[in-house]
Parts: sequence; C-alpha cells; structure tokens
Amino acid sequence: MYDFEFKPFEEMTPDDYARVGFMSGLEVHQQLKTNHKLFCRCPAGIYSKDYDAEILRHMRPTLSELGEYDGTALMEFKTKKDIIYRIHHDTVCTYEMDDTPPFQMNEQALDIALEIAMMTKSKIVDEMHIARKQYLDGSIPTGFQRTAIVSVGGSIPYKDREIRLIQMSIEEDSCREASDIGHKRIYIADRLGMPLIETVTFPDMKTPVEVAEVNDIIRRLSRGTGKVRTGVGAGREDVNVSVTGGTRIEIKGVPSIKRIPLLTYNEAMRQWNLLRIREELHKRGITQETFSYKIDDITKLLHKTYYQPISKAIEEGLIVKCVTLRGFKGILTKKTQTDTYFSKEISDRVRVIACLTTLPNIIHSDSYENTLSTSEGLKIRKTVGATDDDTLVIVWGNQADAEMGANEIVERAREATIGVPSETRQALRDDTNGFERILPGPDRMYPDTDLPPKKITNERLDKIKSDVIKPFWMYEKWFEEIGVPEDLRRDLSGSMFIRLFEQCIKEWKLEPKLAATVLIQYPKRLKRRRLDIGLIGENEFRKVFEALKDNKIVKDAILNLLGKIIINNGYSDELIIEPCKNQELENTFKIVKEQISKMKIIREDKREKIIMGMMMRLMQSRINGKEVSEFVNSRNLGR
Amino acid sequence: MKMEENEIYKGYKGKSLEVLKKFNAMIWCDVEVSTTNGDFIGLILPRSENADHEHIVLKLRSGYNIGLESNKILDIKVNGRKEFQYKIPEKEFPYSPKKPRVKLFGTGGTIASRLDYRTGAVIPAFSPGELYGSVPELADICNLETEKLYGVFSENMGPGQWRGLAEAIGKEIEKGVQGIVIGHGTDTMHHTAAILSFMVQNSPVPIVMVGSQRSSDRPSSDAALNLMHSVKTAADSDIAEVMVCMFGPTSDSYGLLHQGTRVRKMHSSYRSTFRTIGDIPIAMVDREKITPLRKDYRKRRNDNNVIINTSFEEKVSIVYYYPNMNPDIIDSLIDHDYKGIIIAGTGLGHVNKPLYPALQRAKDKNIAVYMTVQTLWGYVQMYVYDTGRDMMELGVVPTANMLPEVAYMKLCWALGQSNDLEEVKRIMLTPISHDITEREPSNGYLIYQGGIPEVEEFISKYRK
Repeated sequence: MYDFEFKPFEEMTPDDYARVGFMSGLEVHQQLKTNHKLFCRCPAGIYSKDYDAEILRHMRPTLSELGEYDGTALMEFKTKKDIIYRIHHDTVCTYEMDDTPPFQMNEQALDIALEIAMMTKSKIVDEMHIARKQYLDGSIPTGFQRTAIVSVGGSIPYKDREIRLIQMSIEEDSCREASDIGHKRIYIADRLGMPLIETVTFPDMKTPVEVAEVNDIIRRLSRGTGKVRTGVGAGREDVNVSVTGGTRIEIKGVPSIKRIPLLTYNEAMRQWNLLRIREELHKRGITQETFSYKIDDITKLLHKTYYQPISKAIEEGLIVKCVTLRGFKGILTKKTQTDTYFSKEISDRVRVIACLTTLPNIIHSDSYENTLSTSEGLKIRKTVGATDDDTLVIVWGNQADAEMGANEIVERAREATIGVPSETRQALRDDTNGFERILPGPDRMYPDTDLPPKKITNERLDKIKSDVIKPFWMYEKWFEEIGVPEDLRRDLSGSMFIRLFEQCIKEWKLEPKLAATVLIQYPKRLKRRRLDIGLIGENEFRKVFEALKDNKIVKDAILNLLGKIIINNGYSDELIIEPCKNQELENTFKIVKEQISKMKIIREDKREKIIMGMMMRLMQSRINGKEVSEFVNSRNLGR
Repeated sequence: MKMEENEIYKGYKGKSLEVLKKFNAMIWCDVEVSTTNGDFIGLILPRSENADHEHIVLKLRSGYNIGLESNKILDIKVNGRKEFQYKIPEKEFPYSPKKPRVKLFGTGGTIASRLDYRTGAVIPAFSPGELYGSVPELADICNLETEKLYGVFSENMGPGQWRGLAEAIGKEIEKGVQGIVIGHGTDTMHHTAAILSFMVQNSPVPIVMVGSQRSSDRPSSDAALNLMHSVKTAADSDIAEVMVCMFGPTSDSYGLLHQGTRVRKMHSSYRSTFRTIGDIPIAMVDREKITPLRKDYRKRRNDNNVIINTSFEEKVSIVYYYPNMNPDIIDSLIDHDYKGIIIAGTGLGHVNKPLYPALQRAKDKNIAVYMTVQTLWGYVQMYVYDTGRDMMELGVVPTANMLPEVAYMKLCWALGQSNDLEEVKRIMLTPISHDITEREPSNGYLIYQGGIPEVEEFISKYRK
C-alpha cells in the first residue's frame, strides 16, 4: 500500500503527488491597514520590543460539552506554562490585557473586509455574529480570539479551474512570541488586537507549487485594494496538508509564500513515511492493542557517564528515565522528512509538553552515536530487561518534567501504531516542520456574549460596491488587450494607482505602455537616484498625466519632472517646462551646427549621437528625443 | 402547546418566526437554506431574546454562527433535527477525613460554570461534583460542601437575601464548619460583605466572599484561582473575619483578603478591582500560603459562639451630594417616610447652604442623618469649617472614615434595632469590625499615578 518512496523535491511530478493523494488548503491571514485595532482604539501597526510592564497569566482549559477536555486544552494545561505578556503603554490598553470588555468593531476594518469579500463572488452574511475561538497557548490573553464570518463561499480563478473558498472572517491578531523556554513563554502584545482577515480555501490544491501559487493570488487580491498592510508579518498563512490515509495537518504561521512548496512537500512526505512506519510496526505485530513499554529510573546507572548533558543533569540533581519500547528497534532512525527522523517526532513532544526545551532532550538506543558508550548501553539494556528488538529512549529533567517526558515518549510511540496524529505544526527554518500542539477540536468556537450581532446593511454594501476595485486578474486580462508590456502587468495590477491608470487610458487616451512605465518603472529609476519616492503620490502622478494630456509637457520630460517634484517637496506649476515650438528646433539646430563646424569629429559614426546630445542639452526636456533625432537626420546631420 | 412552541422557536419572533414556521423548521434543525444571496448549510440556533426579529441564526459546519435575513429566505430544507441536552458532568468530590470541612454558599454569581458551546449560554457549575470537575485542585484543600441559597445577579441582592445568608452562616457555624465561602457577583459584593460584617458577629471561623471578574467559561478566567484562594483561606487561615477574597494584581499571582467593611469595587472590569480603602488588606493569599499583612484581626476559635443579628430597616437612602443640589432631594426622602439618610458629602463632609432647611426638617421628623465622604479615603471632619459645625447643629452626624456603602448598611442595621436616635448613634459610632478605624496608616492611601518615572519603574519591576 505505502510502497511509494518520496523522491527529492525537484524530481517529484504531479503524478507522484496524485499517487500519495496530496491535498492542501489554505488559511490566508492578511492584516488590514487601519488606524486602530479591531475592538479597541489602540493604534495599529506600531511595533516595539520595548515594554513598560509585564503581566503573568495561566490558561486554564474549559470543559468541552462532552465533559472532557479538548486535546489541545489538555496539552496546554499539562505543560503548565507561565505566560508573560510584555506591554507598552502606547500600544496596549486594558482591553488587550483582558481587563476591559470589547468596544464596538472597527468600522474601517469591516469596510475593507467587505470590499475584499466582494471580489471573490462570495456570499456576504446579513448579520455578523462574533465568536470566540479558543487558543490556550496564551497567544491571546483572553484565551480566545474574537472572530466573525464576513462571507461564505466564493472562488478565485486558477489555471483553467476555480479554487473554492470556504469562508472569510475578520478577526483580531494575536501576540508575537518572544521566547518559549522551559516553563515560561513570553509574548509581546503590540500586535495583539490588530484587524486581519482570514480567507479559507477548500483543499483544492494538488501539488506544493499550486499551493504557493494560489496563496499568491489571494495575497494579491487583497493587496489590490491598497488597504491592507504589507511587509514582514502582515500576511501569514496556515497551510493544511494531507495524504491518502493521513490526517489534515495544519502548518501554522508560514511567513513567506516562497517557502510553501518545500514545507508542504516535507509534510506530505512526513505523513506518508509515518504511514510506512505504521505498516512496518503492524508487520512486526505491534498495534495499538499490543503496544507495550516500560519506564525505569536509571539515574543511578549513569552517574559516571561521560555524556555531558546527562552527567551535568545528574550533577544538578535531576533524574534520568528510560522508556523501553518493545519491538521498536530501528524505528526511531526511520526518515520522516528531509534529513529528519522519527526520533524528532518524539523529541518535539518532549520539548513542547514536558517543557524540556534544551536540546538534545532525548537519546535513544537506535543510535547512541556520540552519546553513551557501548558498555553503558548494554548495562542499561540488561538492567531494564530489554531485548535486542526493543528501543530504549532516555530522557532527563526534574522529577515532574522527566515523568511527563517519559509519558510523552510512550504516547508518541503508541500513536505511531495508529497513524498520523492530529497536530498543528510549525514551519522550521530548514523547511521541515516541527510539532507545535495537538489540533484543537471543533468545539472550541462559541458566541461572544460581550458583543451583539452586527447587521450589515444594504446601504453599507451599496456604498462599498460603488467604489470596489476589480480583482487583479481582470486588470491583467485588460492590460494584455491594450498592450501593456508583460513585465509591467503584475506590478501595475497591484498598484495603488490602478484607478489613475484606468483614467489615463479610458478618459485621457494616453498611451498604455507609457502610462504603465511612468507608474511602475519611473519610481524605481528615481529611487536609484536616491530620491524619496514616498513624496510622489496619486496627486503628483495625476498632475503629471494631466500636463501630458494637455500637451503642456512632452513625454520625455516626465522622469525629470517627477525628480523635480521630489526635490521641490511637492508639485508646482512652475516646475512645468513648456514644449518647444518648431522654430526653436530650427534655431537650436543652427547654433549646434555652427558649434560643430568648429569641431573636429574623429569618428564620423558618432556624429549623430554627438549632435543629439548637444541639442538635447540645450532644449532640456522640452522635446521628445525621437523628434529631435528625426529632425537632425532630415537635415543630413548638419553636414 | 404554547410552552412547547416557545422552546422549539426559542427567541424567534415576528418575521423570522413566520419564516421558520412556513418551512417547518425549528431550532436544532439541520438545514439547507436558499436565499436571494445564495445557499447556506448549517444548524438553526436559538436566537437571543433581545435581538431583532429579522434574522435567523445558523451555525455553519466550521463552527461559526451567522445571521440570515428572513426576507431573503426562499426555502429551507430540513435534513434532520437533533435536540441537545446540556449537562455538566459530575465527578464525586473526594472525601478525606484529615481535611477541614468548608461550606460554599451560592448566591447566584457564576464563580464556576461552563459553557454551552452551541448557544453560548453559561451554565453554572455548583454542586461539589461539578466544581470538582472544573477545579479539581479544591480537593487538595478541603472537603467541600455546597448549598445554593439564591440564583440572582448581585445587583438584585436585597435584605431578604442578606438575612437568609446570615442565618445560613449561623446554622453552619453551629454545626461546626471550619470555614465558609460565599460565591457572589462582584458588583455588590462589598455591600453584602459590609452587612454580613454586622449581622454575623464574633464568628469563630473565616467567612470569605469570592467572585470573578472574567466568567469561568473563559480560559483566562480569574474564577478558578479566586475559588482556590478563598477555599484555602476558609480552610487554613486563622482569620475569623468577614472578608472579600479577590485578585491582588491583574496577573495570576495572588489574592488579597480585604476586611468586609473596608473594601470597595474600584474598577468596572479589572481583575484587581477590589481595594481596601483607608487601610491595608488583612493578608495575601496564594495557592501555597496565607501571608498576613495586619495583626489586628480576630483569630479563629474552636467554639461555636457566633452572634447572628439580622435586624434591618429598609427605609434608608444614600444621597451623593453634588454642587447645586436642591433641597427637594432631601425633602422627597422625608416625604416618603425615610428613616435614615447617608450623605456622601464633598471634601471633609460638606453640602451647600440651600440644603440646610431640608436638613432641619429631617431633624424635626426624627430622621437619622449621617455624613460620609465621597472622596472615599479620609475622615469626615466637621469641625474644620463653620459649615460643618452648622450642619452638626442640624443633627448631621459625622461617621469618621466609614465608607458610604458601609455606613448605609450599618444604618439600615442600626435602625432595624432601635428608633431611638441616641441608641442608633451609639450603634453607628461604635466600631464593630474596622468599619471605623482610629487611625489611617500612612500606607492606607496609595493611589499611584501612572507616567511618573518612579511609578513606571515600580510597574516595570513588578508584574501588574
């Protein structure tokens, strides 16, 4: 069943992904560009690691409706973390501290969310119900995120098909994690409460590259409004991946679209290889029912060891536990992801749940390489009564943590006999992923009793609709029709000056290629001249295009004019240089011709260039180069 | 029939009810709804009683709720219905013969509760088994017994409940309980703490009032920790006083034990909202220990000699004075046969001159009038200015540093015992339980002002 083996990323074909049943969906988070946060009036978008005060909280699981604790809840409670919030007076008020009930939802944020929802053919809800979605990792001090559905359904075009959307919600952002060491996790609260939207797709993507491309489309769609934040952390995605027989696994907080292909490839491989491990265990007769283990305290056996992490631990009075996994020989060195092995699955759990965060936090008998000596290994095996078919996993820490660690080793090993455990996982730097927490159950959503439902009126929708921007793919199609060069289309479709471009073409009948170049290329050129292009906004471009339309300037004058606007710190009519009259061209040519007659031109082939240069210098942006060139040629280069 | 209809269309009225009936749909129906806006699949939820009549609430598969406008609904296809019964699981509260017996009285606050995830309704957890299910740590502290006395919001607590509570406490002490905890909504917790301080005297055991500022269905709730702190205090402390036990800082760190007559809710929503006014708290409490801050509290005893006195006169009012107040405010109370008036005066205890004739009238009608300060901190000092002396001539009695709400409760209690104003005055001015203190310690008034460098330094060093 699981005989297929993952090839290196570059060699995987769409057929290979079909073979393993690769499926992936996205949850794309995009911060909205608002002045204030979503449920309070703190300023949004101000980041600083400085803080004025700290708050300590613990998250306590609430019972699920079946009277049991949700898996995540239980895990977070097991970890017994001190959660510390660092707060700055400027960016955090008593709302984010969970000491004041929410204020009414930020209307500016809602308008932006509605505008984006309108571009996806989705169904906007009549009445929004604000929900609380539980998060017990502490990333939100309340223990839940306030979130509400804005629209349901809809789709976006991709290749020759449509990618279906499940829903779009508006929600408050969480804290930034500063550190998570031992039993202490520190968060910075500046980002907390900023408005963002989450767009959720169906698992319609069939290869890792498709996932990245679809994510790019969703990102560009919202950026097209010019009303969302850009830059590091402004757009983040959770990627859901599954393979046939596997489990829907969420890779959380992927910071960059570029990394999606490798991350999803590794996750698909991990699931597939976990299923192969299960197959192998079943072959050995190890199932959920027959799985067997024992836990021993081996502190005394190792107090003379040269293996530094353990000798140091024993010196500090910590204890060492050994877990015997019956019949597991060789399993821990089986590959799960690129350069990553099953032992990592176990180590991750021990790190997160038992809070043994200093690595290595386990060693095991499938490879004692560079850890215990052969004789130590044999002594332990003999003392705990293990056979050669068993794998021994060793963990150390204080009594409580080492016990928790040993239990987690057992749990994760037992889960290997079942398949792929439901988890959320975090993206790591090497594009593999690591365990983050058990996947929360479906019952973590409940209504927010602090805020009433919010009706979305037709008047509001009509007002937004009258000004909604077209999705970028419609613009790109139009650009192709009117002949905008291909290399400018992507940037132009996402430009905040797209409306101005439309006016240039449709109303003022300016040349598409020129207008596109001015809007997209010229700022880049000016930037290279170390000019602050932030000083050119829609208004400045508009003045320039109006001047061009009214023939007050020639097109070759635009770049210099923009430069002058920057230097002048704003547009002024005085910066306009009127195009030259026909007679002027004639007169200038006379002057140049006279000058050149006194010069000795060594290379006749450069004659045109020399004359052109002299002409242009004298006429300074008042005439298009092409016109001068034609004139000079018509006069036989002044010979 | 009518009752049942209320249940199956819970919260729906007007247009939305019509639409549900038209398509034979009701709450908890699994439905496909066609609207002019497209199709939606989900579960019909009850609607909040005070929401409009124009929308139907649908729980989507993703767990989110949305509202659909009734006018846009073209069809509802019902695919089944499953009614949900919501019950809190009970786990038997373990009994341990070595642990003290603590009684928890419930008055209606949701100190422990859980949530119906479908409707968002908060279901109080209260029996020992339910409490053990949500806060198992309690079993490490004591053998807990519970009794639900009332189910009212704290603003609806009144003389009937206060009397009943005092009597229930008396009975429990006679039975030999080692400590008492009272779950109470936080809004009027200090009012109840004050009256209990007068109605229940000479208690041999701790009487601890507790509540929560964040409801216990939230992972960040202060309820569980407050409950642990209060039960710990009731079981283990040697402080035989009526106390309020709530968060010290906003952090999950320690609780403060406030004297029942000196405590006040000082912020509408903060966790650390309760503060001792004009003194320092009796003690700090965390999960491991109780750290006394004062020594002058009554110590725990082994006898059962509690005095319960539930006298109460309801015709008493508080008048919060403001500049330009007209005498008709006082006159109105006189005309409505009020027997006692507490004035919360400005500064050292002042009201304006136009009120004097009304105060004279009150005196003539044998109405007990007492002066407190709306500054909350500090003493009434009616000798400092002539106006104060004038007012005392008019029969207004200064109450030293008694808090206005405490003076109110005490006057109700005193007038319940006697109509003789001299006797009432004797009761009022005899301190019973730190309601009047002889001195205000120099650290009894500390309201730090944010922004000042040394305060900011303090805040940055100690978790809030």
